[in-house]
Amino acid sequence: MPGAHRIPIKLPENRSMNGTTAVEFRRGSPECVVALSGALDAQSLPPIWPKARAAVRENGTAPLRVDAAGVTYCDGSGIAFLLDLLREGSRQGSRITITNLAPRFAELLGQFDHAALDDMAPPPAPRLRLIEELGRAVLRLGADLRDQVVYLLQVDLCMMYSLRHPSRVRWNEVLGVAEQTGVNGLPVVTLIAFLMGVVLAYQSAVPMRQFGAEIFVANLIGLSLLRELGPLMTAVVLAGRTGAAFAAEIGTMKVNEEIDALTTMALDPLRFLVVPRVIATLLVTPLLTIYAGIVGLIGGGLVMLTFDIPLVTYFKQIIGVVAIHDFVGGLFKSAVFAFLVSTVGCLRGLQTQGGPRAVGQAATSAVVSAIVLIVVFDGLFAVLFNLLRI
Amino acid sequence: MSTDAIIEVENLTVGYVHDGEQSVILKDVSFEVLRGEVFAILGGSGSGKSTLLKHMIGLQRPLAGRITIDGDDIVAAGSAARREIMRKFGVMYQMGALFGSMDTLENVRLPLEEFTDFDDEAIDLIARTKLYLVGLLDALHRAPAELSGGMQKRAAIARAMALDPAIVFLDEPSAGLDPITSAELDRLIVRLARTLGITFVVVTHELPSIFAIADRVIMLDQKTHGIIATGTPAELRDHNGNPWVHRFFNREPEEATP
Repeated sequence: MPGAHRIPIKLPENRSMNGTTAVEFRRGSPECVVALSGALDAQSLPPIWPKARAAVRENGTAPLRVDAAGVTYCDGSGIAFLLDLLREGSRQGSRITITNLAPRFAELLGQFDHAALDDMAPPPAPRLRLIEELGRAVLRLGADLRDQVVYLLQVDLCMMYSLRHPSRVRWNEVLGVAEQTGVNGLPVVTLIAFLMGVVLAYQSAVPMRQFGAEIFVANLIGLSLLRELGPLMTAVVLAGRTGAAFAAEIGTMKVNEEIDALTTMALDPLRFLVVPRVIATLLVTPLLTIYAGIVGLIGGGLVMLTFDIPLVTYFKQIIGVVAIHDFVGGLFKSAVFAFLVSTVGCLRGLQTQGGPRAVGQAATSAVVSAIVLIVVFDGLFAVLFNLLRI
Repeated sequence: MSTDAIIEVENLTVGYVHDGEQSVILKDVSFEVLRGEVFAILGGSGSGKSTLLKHMIGLQRPLAGRITIDGDDIVAAGSAARREIMRKFGVMYQMGALFGSMDTLENVRLPLEEFTDFDDEAIDLIARTKLYLVGLLDALHRAPAELSGGMQKRAAIARAMALDPAIVFLDEPSAGLDPITSAELDRLIVRLARTLGITFVVVTHELPSIFAIADRVIMLDQKTHGIIATGTPAELRDHNGNPWVHRFFNREPEEATP
C-alpha cells in the first residue's frame, strides 16, 4: 500500500472562517429539521452543541432530519457532534437521519458506530463493609510487617557476608552515598540543630531564671541534645532526605526493569544496592549526630550568653552532667535509626510496582515507615535504658 | 517554498554548546512537509532524527535557522506564542508518555478540558471518538500501566489528535512492537491521514513501516550532518546512488575494513 498514490485532502486555510456556524430548528410535518451551517470544529461548536442537543431532546419521538447542506468544514469534534445528535435521537426513540453532508465528511462519519460509543462506565467498585475493610487493613499490615521482618533478616545476612568479604562491597558506591547522605546533609542538619539549641535554651531559661537556676539550662540542653533529641532529629532529617531518596532511586530502577536486569545477571539486588547504602548511612549518621549535638550546644550556649552565663561555665556544666554512657547511648540509638531508615527506604523502593506514581508512593511510604519505626524504637530504647539504669 | 507546505525548515543548524565548544548535529538542513502527507525522517542511530523532531516541536532551540509551522515561526516565537503554535500539532512520544495517574479516557480528555469550551458531555464523546478511531474503546478506564506497548502508543496517538491538530508528530511509532501490531499501527496512520487530512511527520528506521505509510522521506546522515537523500521510499530504494542509502534500504551491513 504505497502511500505516494494517495491524494491528500486539502483543508481550508482558516477552518472557522468558512461562514458563521449556526443551528436552526424547524418544526414541520411529517418531520422536523435541524439545519446546520458553517464550520463544525472545536472553535465554533462549543456554543451551539448544547442548543442542538436540547432541540433533539425537545423533539421527542417525532422523526428528525439533520440537514448538513450548509456545513463547509467538519473536523473530529464536528463528527463527534453529529454522532451526539444521532445518539440523542436514538435515546429519545426518534428516527433521526443526517442528510446532505459532503461526501468526505460522510465518509468520516461512516467510520463510527454511535451505539458503540455509548457509555461503558467502569463497573462500580464493590463497596466493602467497615468490618471487611478493617479486616483487609489488618491483613495488609500483617503482610507488610512479615515482609519487613524477612527483609531485615535478609539484609542482616547480606551485611554479615559483606563483613566477612569486605572486598565484595562496592566501596565507591558506599563513598558516593556517604557524601550524598552525610556531607550534603550538613546544611539542613546545621540549621535544625542550631535552631533546636536556641529554642530549647530560650524556652527553658526564661522560667528557670525566676528561680535563679539559669545554669541548669545547660544540664537540660546537654542531656536532651546528646542523648535524645540529637539522634532523633538527625534520624528524622535522614528519613526525609535519605530514606525518600533511596526509595525513589531504587523505585525508578525497579520501574525501568534495572532490578530485573541485576537479578538475571545473578547479582543480588540486596548486596548490590542495599548493602552499600546501609553501610554508608551507618557510617555517616553517628557522625552527623555528633555534629548536630555540637551545633545545638553552640546554639544553646549563645543564648546563655544573653543570660549572663559565660560559655566556659556553660560547657563545664555540660561536661559535669553528661556522662559518657549518655553520649554513647545516643550514638548507639543513632546507628540503629540509620539502619532502620536506610533499610526501609530501600525496601519501599524494591516494593515499587507500576509507574511514576508508584515511585512517589514508595518515597512517601519510606518516610512514613521510617518515622514510625524511629518513634517505636526510641520508645523501646527509653524502656531499655531505664531497665539497664543507663 | 511551496504554497502547499505546512512545515518549512530552512537552513537549520542544531547542536550543543558546551564550555564555549560547539558540537553540531545537523548543519544547514532545509526541507518542507506538504499538507496532508505522511512524511518520514529516516537515519541511522545517532544521525539526529529525534533531535530534529525536538526542534520541530519547539522543545529545543536551534543554533541557527527557521522552522515554520503552518505559517508561524516556532524558533523566533516567544514562550506564549510558541504555546499557541504548539496547539496546531500533537505529538506521540516514543514510549507513549501517557500520564500514569489518569486512565486512558482521562488522558485523551485532558487537552480538551484545558483548551476548549465544550461541556463535559461533549468532551467525553469527542475523547471516545478518538479512542474509537484507534480501537481502544474497550480500554477506556484502564490505567496506562495496564496497557500493552501497542495500546499505549495508540492511546498516545488518540491524545495527540484530541484537539484535531493539523499535524501529528510520531517518534518511532513502530519501535518495540511486534510485526502485526506494527502493521496495524501503520494502517491506522494511513487511515487517519486519508480520512482526517492530518499531516503526519514520522521519525522511524523501520523499513516495512516506511514503505507502508510514507509519501516522502528524508534521510539524515551522521557523517555529513545533513540530508543525504529525499524522495519517495521506492525512489530511495531503487534509484539512489549513495552507497549508505543503498545499504540502509537493502539492509546490508557496513563493509568490513581490513
